[in-house]
Amino acid sequence: MLIEANNLSISYDKKEIVHNIQLSVKKGEIISIIGPNGSGKTTVLKALTRIIKPSGGEIKLENKDIRKIKSKEIAKKIAILPQMRRTPDDFDVETLIRYGRFPYINWKGKLSKEDEDIIDWAIKTTSMSHFRKKKLTKLSGGERQRAWIAMALAQKTDIIVLDEPTTFLDLAHQIEVLELIKELNQKENVTILMVLHDLNQALRYSSRIYVMKRGKIVSSGKPEEVIKEDMLKSVFKINSDFYEDKRHNCNHFVPYKLERNYHDN
Amino acid sequence: MIKGLSLKKSEVDHRIIKIFFIYFILLVTLILGISYGSLKISFVDIFRAIFIESDTLNHNIIFNVRLPRNLIAGFVGINLALSGATLQGVLNNPLADPGIIGISAGAGFMAFVIMILFPSYSYLVPIGAFIGAVTTSFLIYILAWKNGVSPIRLILSGVAVSAFVGAGINVLMTFYPDRVSGGLSFMIGGFSGKTWPDFKMIWPYTISISGLLLLLSNQINLLQLGDEVATGLGANVEKIRRILIVLAAFLAASAVSVAGLLGFVGLIVPHIGRMIIGSDYRYLYPATIGIGASVLIGCDLIARMVFDPIELPVGIIMALIGGPFFLYLLREKK
Repeated sequence: MLIEANNLSISYDKKEIVHNIQLSVKKGEIISIIGPNGSGKTTVLKALTRIIKPSGGEIKLENKDIRKIKSKEIAKKIAILPQMRRTPDDFDVETLIRYGRFPYINWKGKLSKEDEDIIDWAIKTTSMSHFRKKKLTKLSGGERQRAWIAMALAQKTDIIVLDEPTTFLDLAHQIEVLELIKELNQKENVTILMVLHDLNQALRYSSRIYVMKRGKIVSSGKPEEVIKEDMLKSVFKINSDFYEDKRHNCNHFVPYKLERNYHDN
Repeated sequence: MIKGLSLKKSEVDHRIIKIFFIYFILLVTLILGISYGSLKISFVDIFRAIFIESDTLNHNIIFNVRLPRNLIAGFVGINLALSGATLQGVLNNPLADPGIIGISAGAGFMAFVIMILFPSYSYLVPIGAFIGAVTTSFLIYILAWKNGVSPIRLILSGVAVSAFVGAGINVLMTFYPDRVSGGLSFMIGGFSGKTWPDFKMIWPYTISISGLLLLLSNQINLLQLGDEVATGLGANVEKIRRILIVLAAFLAASAVSVAGLLGFVGLIVPHIGRMIIGSDYRYLYPATIGIGASVLIGCDLIARMVFDPIELPVGIIMALIGGPFFLYLLREKK
């Protein structure tokens, strides 16, 4: 088990918002967490990546309590791509990607030949070679997202955690990013844990899905087992029709109206 | 360290050249600062007075007056500029300067207390100002603490505490209007009459803290990517932030204790540095050191010279020249 959360509870200012959840990530999986706004998805990701401290339960990374592992050691196992991030105006793509090697350098900050090779590999794998010297602010949304993924990749971790990697991107860039994630998973053997908003994309790209509602995990399992009419009705308050996507050999759905008791929640 | 996350060796880094240029300007400014004054000493005479002569008039003027004063101006400039650059990075706020962590309010209050209530102890003003500045910063930090210190809470807590302490200054000025003039020169700031004992109060901070900051420049760079990304890369954001704020507080406190409340340097010089060299702190720190020192030495020189023999407070010159220059850079920048 790569990551395991047992009885995990998380509070902000004494108010508990994630209640006693159970979650695990195995090597090689693509896990998506889905759920309506405010259900606690991002909070769970932050706790799993030690950005916030849980108020109860435990998180294990390769069967070791995450609190007992040094932050830099965790950074060699888990790379994260949070939504909240900033870039100085004058940083170029390569400069950003170089920061992916931060967990590996000593206080002198000298990069070895190996570090340089990994940086080159991360740039090539994300097809960023043309943009190497380009300022991040001059890139399109999709290119910028690829640059950040390249930085995470340069961390050379077993797992990359992404918080809504496709939000704010147009459709073509969404597909581009998800295809890149899939490729990293299949070719480079990177385990993926992400929060996704588009449920059809979750259906198509995930190997397993967790569904959250009001701070609890209400359903989990294979995509087709989880994303079903009744779950969409009870969790997302939508009625939908399901169709078969023959090309990808999976289901997809089209919502057609809000559930009657939508406003009761 | 400098080579670490930077470009490959084969590529010429224009930033290095710019830093050399900045330090060349600093050297020129320093020589001019020593040369000009009520008695002009030519470059050749400066050289002779420093390296050959021992008890001549020039030698005495340079060693007892000009050299300490210019060094103090330079070091004060370095401290304030580095402090501002650090705070802007740590607090992710371009408007941050040493005043934001209560340095000016704390130092000003203590200086006023001593000069108005205990005028016979006015020789204690520098040490008192230092203590006032550091105590106020500490107070602001503590009051902003809540599961860690977020930049915005620190800034707002700084505004509130500074206003509170500022009210104390106003109370003193209201009740002792006849004694205000003593405190006024501290509020404006300047280097008039500063010599070696004052230098001793500042150089240990300048040398040790700028060294530390240069070592920490990769860490402060990480903070530029946002707290969550920095944490993800294995940095202890809370600890880095605390260390950097403490260093910034000591830098600024030692500067204002010697020179009074010189505004402007801590806010503007880091931005000038950023416009010239970019926001990578491995380059920005060395540039800020050079620019901070040049600006204050240069402005002090002008302040001494324009209405010679009357000396203007350096703060006025800085605002008059620095303000428009900064606006020029702002408009020129693509």
